[in-house]
Amino acid sequence: MATEALKLTDVDTYYGDSHVLHGVGFALEEKRVLALLGRNGAGKTTCISSIMGFLAPRNGEITLFGTPIGGLAPEAISKLGIGLVPQGRRIFPSLSVRENLIIARQREKESEKPWTYDRILDLFPSLAERSRQLAGLLSGGEQQMLAIGRALIGNPRVLLLDEPSEGLAPLIVAEVARTIKQLKDGGQSIVLVEQNSGLALDVADQVVIFNTGRCVFTGPVDEVRNNDDLIAKHLGVFHAH
Amino acid sequence: MPMQFWIIQSLNSLALGGLLFLLASGFSLIFGLMRIANLTHGAFFMLGAYFGATALRSFDWIDLWVAAIGSGLALAVIGGFLERFVLRKLGNNPQGQVLVTLGMSFIISDACLVIWGGDPIPIPTPHALQAPTFLFGFAFPTYRLVLVGCAIAVAIALYLLLERTRLGAMIRAGVDDMQMTRAIGIPISRLFTVVFCLGAGVAGMGGVLGGPILSAYPGLDADMLPLALIVVILGGVGSLVGAFLGSFIIGFTYTFGSALFPDLAYVILFLPMIIIIAFRPQGLFGRRAS
Ligand SMILES: Nc1ncnc2c1ncn2[C@@H]1O[C@H](COP(=O)(O)OP(=O)(O)O)[C@@H](O)[C@H]1O
Ligand SMILES: [Mg+2]
Repeated sequence: MATEALKLTDVDTYYGDSHVLHGVGFALEEKRVLALLGRNGAGKTTCISSIMGFLAPRNGEITLFGTPIGGLAPEAISKLGIGLVPQGRRIFPSLSVRENLIIARQREKESEKPWTYDRILDLFPSLAERSRQLAGLLSGGEQQMLAIGRALIGNPRVLLLDEPSEGLAPLIVAEVARTIKQLKDGGQSIVLVEQNSGLALDVADQVVIFNTGRCVFTGPVDEVRNNDDLIAKHLGVFHAH
Repeated sequence: MPMQFWIIQSLNSLALGGLLFLLASGFSLIFGLMRIANLTHGAFFMLGAYFGATALRSFDWIDLWVAAIGSGLALAVIGGFLERFVLRKLGNNPQGQVLVTLGMSFIISDACLVIWGGDPIPIPTPHALQAPTFLFGFAFPTYRLVLVGCAIAVAIALYLLLERTRLGAMIRAGVDDMQMTRAIGIPISRLFTVVFCLGAGVAGMGGVLGGPILSAYPGLDADMLPLALIVVILGGVGSLVGAFLGSFIIGFTYTFGSALFPDLAYVILFLPMIIIIAFRPQGLFGRRAS
């Protein structure tokens, strides 16, 4: 049986009194890509925030390779091996590109082939040219590369990507997609959140679809690719074959 | 007005600006990172002055510089203790923070009054710096020149710490986006303690260095804190450069305002502030809050 890298069981998350995630559960297998899809407001970011420790789930369990992480502080969860590329990128604008990366360095001893500063710049050569520049002055695409690099240099066991293609030009989206495939080929376990299914269905192995805070579909990607009804009902777009 | 007036008042402005920087830089960093308006900061400055005065009286071998460093270290320890065991408990409760930091400041004031009494305790100017320095035919109080130099040295040290070290980058990241800073594995609570110790320590050192001009007296905290608040509002929260420039702007405004128009000193101090806040709420150098 494949190892479960990240597993959520019956997770309920609230913003104050507002109940957003209702009994969410799914499992990401090691070295696989799980696409988490759903319309705007479906609860995808809330789910990511619950995994990262920004929000403590009120019920349910979250485990990372069997270790419970639900309700731990974000820094502890990060140390255990979850890396986040948040929605909106959220790079540190007043730090240089280099500083954004070096402050996020960790877990080198825990990984077989750790990401280093130089390896990140090899992965994203356009960042190398701008290493001394303030991150806030980068283009949107470069900021996205930086956000991905910042997560990778922490050598995560599971990488969470929340809408990495949002607001980017098609050419840059293609580059992000290439990068994700490359990471997957390197054995990185990934949760990929997307509102639009094109990119995600291309690289994913498993798919979870959210609707109003509930998991309405869990299954292999093939079952989604050819299921226009499912896509139309929960994602609101027809996927071009 | 004779030339000597302008020159001396300018030097006084610089000296006050330097002292304000020692107070406001820590206040601004603490506010920028932790979002706490630490109203105990003026009390740290005053406590530093009393510690220094006592040390100088009690031990022959201690000079002003040793006293300043010793007071700075003592205040760093006290500040770290208050952060860990008092402020930490408050979480994100702004009313609680205002009440507690103001309360601690009152407690420190009263404790100082009980321990050191109501009379000012002078802090002597070091012997070597008592004679005036003559430059371009004018007499300058030497200690004030040295004080400005000290403030600039501290500013450079803080700048290098914040801008050139990994720790400094972590602190700036925390000011930018605290949640993401935690999400990349940085133990934010340790950063809080470091910044609080640093801010309290620099303030305590400032109290001693200001001693030869201000001495240690009850109410020193209340005299200094509002000026530091204005500096930080003017310069922008969490900006070291802003605190530096703001300190000297306020140093000049306050000194010349009180010398030329004693009745209007506060108008001259607060009016530019109100105008700046009206047009640039984030301060001159602060970034717009996100
Ligand atoms: N900070 C918040 N406070 C209260 N409600 C929120 C907050 N953030 C999101 N929500 C609500 O939670 C629901 C899910 O939002 P979100 O997880 O951001 O969706 P998605 O990422 O799938 O677009 C939405 O109804 C949204 O209005
Ligand atoms: Mg979202």
